[in-house]
Amino acid sequence: MSPKVSALDMPDVPMGQLPEHLHLQRTRVVCKADAPIHTEGIQYSGAYASIGVDNSVGVDSFCKNFKVKVVRLTNNEIEFDMIGIDASLANAFRRILIAEVPTMAIEKVLMVNNTSVVADEVLAHRLGLIPLNADPRLFEYLSENDAPNERNTIVYKLDVSCKKGSPRVTVKSDQLKWLPHGSELQMDSHDISAKAKSYTSFSCIQDSLPEFSKKPLGVKFDDIIIAKLGPGQAIELEAHAVKGIGKIHAKWSPVATAWYRMLPEVSLLKEVIGDVAEKLVKKCPVNVFDIEDLGNAGGKKAVVANPRACTLCRECIRGVNEELVELRRVKDHFIFTVESTGALSPEELFIEAVKILEDKCDRVISELS
Amino acid sequence: MEHGSATDSSSSTFSLMDEDHTLANSVRYTLNQDPRVIFCGYSIPHPSENKVNIRVQTTGDPAKDVLKDGFQNLMVMCQHVRSTFGKAVDDFKSPEGMKIDTP
Repeated sequence: MSPKVSALDMPDVPMGQLPEHLHLQRTRVVCKADAPIHTEGIQYSGAYASIGVDNSVGVDSFCKNFKVKVVRLTNNEIEFDMIGIDASLANAFRRILIAEVPTMAIEKVLMVNNTSVVADEVLAHRLGLIPLNADPRLFEYLSENDAPNERNTIVYKLDVSCKKGSPRVTVKSDQLKWLPHGSELQMDSHDISAKAKSYTSFSCIQDSLPEFSKKPLGVKFDDIIIAKLGPGQAIELEAHAVKGIGKIHAKWSPVATAWYRMLPEVSLLKEVIGDVAEKLVKKCPVNVFDIEDLGNAGGKKAVVANPRACTLCRECIRGVNEELVELRRVKDHFIFTVESTGALSPEELFIEAVKILEDKCDRVISELS
Repeated sequence: MEHGSATDSSSSTFSLMDEDHTLANSVRYTLNQDPRVIFCGYSIPHPSENKVNIRVQTTGDPAKDVLKDGFQNLMVMCQHVRSTFGKAVDDFKSPEGMKIDTP
């Protein structure tokens, strides 16, 4: 009769480490045929206290284990891996990228003449959505009490017309001209003797400022269709662009979108050989599996060649009677993709987002003290 | 804003204005890692109102200090993320020169 051993005294698991199945539960999301399991993150520091394992992740061990690897970087898009971070932080960065990184966008449109088929407000709405090539870090916010000046407003002018008898004209975004001197329209003044005041009070010409002289503040893409004019129609307007964040209106969102996914992990539960292997490799639409020839014995074995491409279509586990494949996701490895609309480059955008989260923490800390 | 009891400073609820899941979920994660914390959670009383309630219960330390430490840890983590990311982007750009393909 063997001596009674406590269930917690597992002899084959070294002290201070979790047994296999608990480690799987803590670090992987298992995607079964109907739904994923183990999706909740076990973050509580005392979760495994009864078996003597400390679940806390201090800041030092985070800093030691955290890694970033850039996979792809173009002018508009970045794809990078973040390893060792939690979903809550990754989601916080994604939310800030979409809604809280500021940009410049057209807000006020002063219509002088609009005889096109596009209504005033529709035209103004379309103008607001055009991405501008202006670095928002060089500008300040414009509140209601401030006067618009060269530090918080960019002024554009659109003046197009289609002459009678000529064919239809398409108004594209390259016809928006930047006015570095400020607004050209005069505000109505009751006092005839006073000097006519314009809608903006620029104290100096915007392109004389060093930041703007090298890079003119135009629109990012030249071929966005704003409106179409028939013969005899004209549009004359002035547009003022200000700084804002995506939370207020989506036109101020600096990203086309930003998303992340967890690193897929595909594991074969048994050895898959022969015809079954061939069928498995053919089933996957993104070629996650590959055939490896077993030299002397002949026959083919299926191996996992490219787990990163897995899109979780679950074709490999659909309909089969025996479980050959287990689809998993690694909980702390995120594949982030950021697509910028052009004002800031994607890597700068991510750094701005992290800075904004730091500023939020700072604000709360000073409020608490 | 802290809603706690006058006698027991180890458990209280903090109400933050103009915040949402972005900050609250991140700080809940850092607080749960702290071994002094017995319970930590957040809730949003109504989605139309920009308010978050963070509840912290500790093993004796004043909840305000533990919360402040949680935010400090979050700041340190963010700074580390920023520097690691900057280094990774520089590493990616440098050996290949400026071979960034334009769309």
